[in-house]
Amino acid sequence: MRSERLFPKQSAPAGLYQLVLLKFVRNRVALAGLCCLLLLLLAILFAPQVTPYDPLQKNTPERNQAPSLAHPFGTDKLGRDIMSRVLYGGRVSLQVGFLSVGLAVIISTPLGLIAGFFGGIVDNAIMRVMDLILAFPGLILAIWLVSLLGSNINNVIIAIAFFSLPTFSRLIRGVTLSIREMEYVMAARSMGAGSLRIMFFHILPGVLGPMIVLTTLGVSGAIVAGASLSFLGLGVRPPTPEWGAMLADGRNYLRTQWWIAVFPGMTITLVVLILNIIGDALRDALDPNVRA
Amino acid sequence: MSQYILRRIAIAFPLILAVTTVVFVMLRVALPGDPAQVMAGDRASPDQIELIRRKLGFDRPVVEQYLIFLRNFAQGDLGRSVKFREPVMGVIARAFPFTVTLTFLSVTVGTAIGLLIGVITAIYQRTWVDNFGIVLTVFFFSIPTFWLGLMLILIFSVGLRLLPVQGAGTWRHFVLPVATLAVGQSALIARLTRSSMIEVLSTDYVRTARSKGLARRQVLMRHALRNTLIPVITVVGLSVGGLLGGAVITESIFGLPGVGRLAIDAISNRDYPMIQGAVILVAASFVFVNLLVDIIYAFVDPRIRYA
Repeated sequence: MRSERLFPKQSAPAGLYQLVLLKFVRNRVALAGLCCLLLLLLAILFAPQVTPYDPLQKNTPERNQAPSLAHPFGTDKLGRDIMSRVLYGGRVSLQVGFLSVGLAVIISTPLGLIAGFFGGIVDNAIMRVMDLILAFPGLILAIWLVSLLGSNINNVIIAIAFFSLPTFSRLIRGVTLSIREMEYVMAARSMGAGSLRIMFFHILPGVLGPMIVLTTLGVSGAIVAGASLSFLGLGVRPPTPEWGAMLADGRNYLRTQWWIAVFPGMTITLVVLILNIIGDALRDALDPNVRA
Repeated sequence: MSQYILRRIAIAFPLILAVTTVVFVMLRVALPGDPAQVMAGDRASPDQIELIRRKLGFDRPVVEQYLIFLRNFAQGDLGRSVKFREPVMGVIARAFPFTVTLTFLSVTVGTAIGLLIGVITAIYQRTWVDNFGIVLTVFFFSIPTFWLGLMLILIFSVGLRLLPVQGAGTWRHFVLPVATLAVGQSALIARLTRSSMIEVLSTDYVRTARSKGLARRQVLMRHALRNTLIPVITVVGLSVGGLLGGAVITESIFGLPGVGRLAIDAISNRDYPMIQGAVILVAASFVFVNLLVDIIYAFVDPRIRYA
């Protein structure tokens, strides 16, 4: 027993991502959060199987019902089941969250890599544009873009991606700057690797870690931003269910039908909370100073 | 020091110029349709539209329009609001105090609570106090403002009937909006303070201070806290700048007639001079606050000046 602890069996050293995974799995709160999120995603994906009600179907006799066994989240003024609207609405909100961050990552990764790798004028040009975007307060910029481009879900995604560009490209640039100076990059260069090859095969893998963390937190931010826009009446049009739009609707019935606003908001908060916990756990897992 | 400040100011002005240019270009070029037509409304006759176009200078070349716009902006003239039928500057000047009050109160309250939570959790690192603090701040950090605002109304206005739902007449109207924004702010500051404090507590000079026999309290207050505050200042500054324009949701939920709500109303009314004015002023104040933060930062942390 003792000798085994002193001299553990020799095996191949664990790779960075194996270590990260191990550290992440040991974080029980984050793991539980991940399970909850997956369950919720499944419920949203299989909404037609989970709930018997059509989210758009009016059912006047059952309108304004408080939460019950038949309608766990209650019904709204048209008798629509809030739970099925929350589940179907999740499709829109999550789509906005993931697609806008995806778009932002696709655009800002090359921008950040190029700015950090080449430096000088190129770096200056790219980063000053990012500073300019940052000078506009995010939500107002998004509202303004959506109202200029036209109020639909695609433009909401574009607007949110646009104002997240600076955050992502700044991070990628920063990490690129520090990796650029490392010896293995110099080694690759001395073996004749071109700039493109170094950027995408030697620097990009090192950027991946911090980027995963930021992406996780970015998705939660984008979900809130998307819901904020529809809360203000931009983006998704009624009767399409969407979390922010449902809240805006429930706002008018706070005195009498509290459940209309409470449940969609609770769902957003839960999703955002879980994504933030996972993001934090990933950050800790990727930080070599934090022990498992 | 003065050279550093001058350099920062020199960077801020082109940024504001760029912001105004972007706003100008977006409204003239990217806008679908003819702005004069939109402003006149659907039932306007061609003569009326022509009159508006001439009045607002839309019949001149774009470059000339731009130069006139810049000249007016430099003189503090942002045009006339279509909806209010008075200078944009005047309307914004009436709304600005509400936003400023809301911003400063919520940042102050939020930062104070956040600092307290951050310092306590850092001191009691890896105990149940710390764990509780972490859970609390992640939760505070995650509640979207629009839902928090509605829930506060539900509890304190609808349920307990303690505070008014909407309006801006008395200090009581500010309690819920300030609480709504302060919750997120406190979480942000608490998380930052905790990690910054933990880092500072492990530095050599803190160990030196402890080992020369100084009281724990004195080390915390005089040695550790001061350096903990350095990164916090930047974030506080950023949130002041952000909230000046970003309190849109809170202002809209609580019916506060601030700049954010003005901007939203202007966008839905297609009041273009108003949108232009609000966006430019909000962006300019953001740039200005950041400039201020950079200068304060250089005073607090001498290392910055020589970097």
